[in-house]
Amino acid sequence: MRDLMRVNQRETIAFSVLLVLLVSYLATHPAGPTPYVMTIWANQCLILALAAIAQFFAVIVRGIDLSVGAIMALTNCIASYLVIGTGVEMTFGIIVVLAAGVGCGVLNGLLVVYGRIQPIVVTLATASVFVGLALLLRPTPGGQIDYDLADALTLDVLGVPTALIITVAVIGLIWVPLRRTGLGLGLYAVGSSQQAAFQSGMPVARIRLASFALGGLFAGLAGLYFSLVTTTGDAGIGPNFTLNSIAAVVLGGVALRGGVGTLTGAIAGAFILKTIGALMFFSGLPPLAQPFVEGLILAAAIAIGGADVLRVKNKLEVFGR
Amino acid sequence: MSGLMQRLPGMDSLVPYIGTVLLILGGSVFYPQILGFEYLAQQLQISAFLGLLALGATLVILLGHIDLSVPWILGGAAILSTSLAGTGDAVLTALAIPAALLFGGLIGIVNGVGVAILRIPSMVWTLAVNSMLLGVAVLNTGGFNPKGEASDTMIWLATGQLAGIPAAFLVWMLVAGMMALVLTRSGFGRYLSAIGYNEKATFLSGVSTPSVIFAAFAIAGVCSALGGVLLAGYANQAYQSMGDPFLLPTIAAVVIGGTSILGGRGSLVGTIGGVLFITLLTSILSVMQISDAWRNITFGMIIIVMLLLQTLRRKGA
Repeated sequence: MRDLMRVNQRETIAFSVLLVLLVSYLATHPAGPTPYVMTIWANQCLILALAAIAQFFAVIVRGIDLSVGAIMALTNCIASYLVIGTGVEMTFGIIVVLAAGVGCGVLNGLLVVYGRIQPIVVTLATASVFVGLALLLRPTPGGQIDYDLADALTLDVLGVPTALIITVAVIGLIWVPLRRTGLGLGLYAVGSSQQAAFQSGMPVARIRLASFALGGLFAGLAGLYFSLVTTTGDAGIGPNFTLNSIAAVVLGGVALRGGVGTLTGAIAGAFILKTIGALMFFSGLPPLAQPFVEGLILAAAIAIGGADVLRVKNKLEVFGR
Repeated sequence: MSGLMQRLPGMDSLVPYIGTVLLILGGSVFYPQILGFEYLAQQLQISAFLGLLALGATLVILLGHIDLSVPWILGGAAILSTSLAGTGDAVLTALAIPAALLFGGLIGIVNGVGVAILRIPSMVWTLAVNSMLLGVAVLNTGGFNPKGEASDTMIWLATGQLAGIPAAFLVWMLVAGMMALVLTRSGFGRYLSAIGYNEKATFLSGVSTPSVIFAAFAIAGVCSALGGVLLAGYANQAYQSMGDPFLLPTIAAVVIGGTSILGGRGSLVGTIGGVLFITLLTSILSVMQISDAWRNITFGMIIIVMLLLQTLRRKGA
């Protein structure tokens, strides 16, 4: 156990912070840790966690995705038309929604890999296109999502929030197996050094494309889950999620220079960020002071993560960061 | 001869100007009034706001960093200057602009400390600084539009004219000229690009890299603040989240101008071209009175095409 913690030091820190925050949240919440309180908390956390996973796949190969929020907005608007009706219709709708997410990711990937433009700039531009498409579908918020499906996936099973079950499933059924495949290894290899990966005979272009496609898929999932929670379509949801997803992966110990960090860490970071926000709401602080304190905690949390720079003995070591 | 060639702006920085000319010609086919002096002068006035922000952003991007705190440095400076001018007190009114610029510089140094000393990625640190500034603004104004008004100087700077040329444009060019002088005539400009290429090597060459980073972020902060002051003068008030629509166009303008987002390579001339291109593109798209949706889509596609042109041309060369 101790070895596991030492190897995953960044994740261990993130999870300890999360635990402290969650306990204080449940302690200050007037209703206490009821399934209802937990469910609402977990739903909000999962939306951001899925967005953070999308961001993780971009960051791990030394990129960044500024279109995460825009893909969420687009898939959310598509879902508000298609995820309703009979079982078959809904299944079809969900497939279309996720395919749209993957398509957006692949477009980003193609422009980055074959257009040779930096990811941050590509996604800045494609985000504008995706939001435009979302606005075409829903100039004003509206539409509807099937209530039964929404209830099934956003409430609780025997007192355990479904969102938490989904989170565990994503880690256990997608991340753990993926990490053991060639692609999983390739993500880290390309992120650590694209040149070294290329010279070792890795299909760098395909790995980067796959990484963007996975990012698009999870951004689509985030948009879909957002639709299930809000049961409506809104083209204006993007900007907050994009910036928060970046903050979340950093809080979760994923290095923006690529090649370091895990998907589990990104999820933990998203949960931390949302729990800080939830904690503010019941903290008894004057409402007007809350945005400031929230920003302060975010800055402090990030600064603590960077504090080991002060312990560096050789000044040159800091430049590798 | 080779010295002359070096002085001439490179092809990278010319591309946005060519794009701008094409936009004007293309737009004038449908809307002849675009070629009028009045319309073009107005565009120059409007570009000044984005232009000042982009000048500061160019320095930071040359370093290989990015400044996401632009929106609330702009907003904070606007709120600060309009509240000081709104008091009606002559001394406080005179202090409005210097105070706002000082504010921008100080926040810039805070950005620099996080990036250079704590070694936090600039993308995250400036984002955190931005959300703290938002918090302070909400705390101060209660979430409503702040009271206060712009001083006469601010209004003149934003909307006045000097011999038919918009004052805002002149301010922008003045700042650009001063910045170009500093970049080409002092070591600072060389250090900026050097850090963008390789910070470690620059440090080992005896350059105090943290001071360069502080200075670059501080200048960027002052530029954002000046943009905020002018924008407040233009609107004769400050309002919540007035800076948000400027963040991404600022980065887009700098990159279209041929500055590498990885740092080390780029020019102010290119940035100015990028700003003119983006301002005109936005303006023509709104003249065409198409829906928000299509405006977003066209905007994104044209940016992608411009970027592809830049990279493909470089690969061919």
